Amino acid sequence: MNSERIDPQGKKMGMWFFLFTEILFFGGMFLLYAIFRSLYSREFHAAAAEENLLLGTINTVILLTSSLTIALSISALRRGENLLSSRLQAATILMGLAFLVIKFFEWKAKIVLGIYPDSPVLLRLGKGEILFFGLYYMMTGLHGLHVLVGCAVIAFMVFFTRRETINRGNYARLENTGLYWHFVDIVWIYLYPLFYLIT
Amino acid sequence: MTSKNEAPAAPFYGRTGKYRWVLAEWMMSTDHKRIGVMYLMAVISFFSVGVVLGFMIRLSLLDPGWLMDQQTYNEFFTLHGVIQIFLFIIPGIPVAFGNIFLPILLGAQDVAFPRINRLSWWLYVTGALVILLSLFMHGRPPDTGWTFYAPYSIQTPANISTAVLGVFILGFSSILTGLNFVTTIHRMRAPGMRWFRMPAFPWTLYATGWVQMLATPILAITLLFIVLGRFFGIGFFDPSRGGDPILYEHLFWMYSHPAVYIMVLPAMGIISEIVPVFSRRALFGYAAICLSALGIAIVGYAVWGHHMFTSGMSDTARVIFSFVTFLVAVPSGVKIFNWVATLYKGSISLDAPLVFALSFIFLFSIGGLTGLIIGSLAPNLHLHGTYFIVGHFHYVMFGGAGFSILAGLHYWFPKITGRMYSEKRAKLGWLSLFVGFNVLYFSMFVLGYQGMPRRYFDYPPEYHLNHVISTVGSWFLAAGLIVIFANLIQSAFRGEKAPMNPWGGKTLEWTIPSPPGAENFREMPVIREGAYNYEEEAVR
Repeated sequence: MNSERIDPQGKKMGMWFFLFTEILFFGGMFLLYAIFRSLYSREFHAAAAEENLLLGTINTVILLTSSLTIALSISALRRGENLLSSRLQAATILMGLAFLVIKFFEWKAKIVLGIYPDSPVLLRLGKGEILFFGLYYMMTGLHGLHVLVGCAVIAFMVFFTRRETINRGNYARLENTGLYWHFVDIVWIYLYPLFYLIT
Repeated sequence: MTSKNEAPAAPFYGRTGKYRWVLAEWMMSTDHKRIGVMYLMAVISFFSVGVVLGFMIRLSLLDPGWLMDQQTYNEFFTLHGVIQIFLFIIPGIPVAFGNIFLPILLGAQDVAFPRINRLSWWLYVTGALVILLSLFMHGRPPDTGWTFYAPYSIQTPANISTAVLGVFILGFSSILTGLNFVTTIHRMRAPGMRWFRMPAFPWTLYATGWVQMLATPILAITLLFIVLGRFFGIGFFDPSRGGDPILYEHLFWMYSHPAVYIMVLPAMGIISEIVPVFSRRALFGYAAICLSALGIAIVGYAVWGHHMFTSGMSDTARVIFSFVTFLVAVPSGVKIFNWVATLYKGSISLDAPLVFALSFIFLFSIGGLTGLIIGSLAPNLHLHGTYFIVGHFHYVMFGGAGFSILAGLHYWFPKITGRMYSEKRAKLGWLSLFVGFNVLYFSMFVLGYQGMPRRYFDYPPEYHLNHVISTVGSWFLAAGLIVIFANLIQSAFRGEKAPMNPWGGKTLEWTIPSPPGAENFREMPVIREGAYNYEEEAVR
């Protein structure tokens, strides 16, 4: 009997399970956010005013658009248009990187002001502010790490698509990558209001 | 099954010639049996290291100070805990026996994601090496206890970050194994292997896999908080920065209580395999046993607060947690009674695997019932943080999960190695282990009830007698383990050849040669009945 039986549905199932674990991983942080915000809601309000709403909004738009391009790349591949698909994937990577660059400047602006964990400026602020920025750096940092990993994975997909290792008959890997990218997007959709819009 | 399967196949551990070195051939292998065997050797090696550490802790308590100083003592019990929990008993049964037998029991060729399986093995090795690194790096080994409680874990100068990183990596390995097994059970069952025709062991691995996936990420993020607290001063657990150390306990036990079920559910699965085979009866209440595994897994999420009754919690929360803790006893009781009912009127052959399995039922019952004592609020206030707790969780972990690993090791030894062990020596070892175990840990119940706190280096003279009794018990326990493992190791090389089905088992692993060939089944098995149809045989 043949030993290499491809089971796309099993692969997708495994990816969903992996995303469950990711949700719980971020869930631990959201739990902390919920607890600390209920304890220090006024200080969280004040601290959120320090965030750059414009950059945050631009980043939200970029990430949402990148979710669109990765979804389009899957349907392109399904129709057998490998070249178009790989270009859409490359566009997704570019937008992911743009997101990270903007994030970098946001962090930098704060660090220049002296707001970073354990900094003397931050420790002079209230406890709620300390926690808010601790959560901000931790959650956006880990989210950024996920974006970076996502970009790397999509880069592999571009490579596979160009070499036609994945094609219209066998695209489970790209679909799973898309699922992962949507997950990263969804996490950001929650981070955006929790850090930028609660002023 | 088909007669084709009886034809001798090249055993799975033969050379494939793909790599020059045997070691590379094994490390690069994606064969679930090879990965399982490597895991088995690794977890047993760590188990023996952990036993030696525990043995030395007991020796030191004979006359505190003669063997080691206080700081060393703290490091010893921390390492004993970290090794036994994170390197031995949490991965233990799923990675070793689960890997070797899950696909075979389902009638599959391999797990759903063989390469991810290999990745999780590599992650396990990496995590273990990182933990070991924390011992030999500059500075002192961890001294916080295996729980890494904040704020001490954030303040101590010991190598906490390294150890925590190791546990983090092990968590990845655990998640990937769980994910792999759950997908395997969903997608890889042989034709005709319906859910309620699966043997009980895959059922428990299924429940375990879900717990591994849904609980371990919480541990990962909690450990990350420790590392960030140490390196960047993010004070989520530091009251001076608005944080709360009790929050750490909550997050930690949200993982670590379900982790208890990661340890014990597959242990129950092994017992559910062994009891029917050696009493030649169908598993009594098969569906109840399978579903109670899921019940334990689900209810087990909502009981973590019982580790923290004395830490500071509202009375309402404590009453709820205590009540839900009692609920866990129900599915556990269902299993115990069903095993006993399986034995009833069975044609029992008291071979070594059954002896270990029966000891499991006995010891786990003691562990479970003492769990109810400390799960109720009033006694908990007296017993929390005493030797009673130590006795309780050793009865559950070692008496439960540990004994079932020994049971499984004897049960599946002929299948894995293709050789038989000496029954007499196995039972001799068991006797010494069983007696030593009870002397060692039962005296801890007494000590704890008298008020001896756990993890203390020294004690007042009135506790001396029980400490001596306990230590003497550890000598018998160690002697028993030595006999058991000497027997198994010697038999692996010199034992007589094992037949295909030495115990008369009905599950699929007994329909293929011992040891199995590289792809398990020559011909895809087709399942037409449940896993334990002994009654038909009796009628005939």
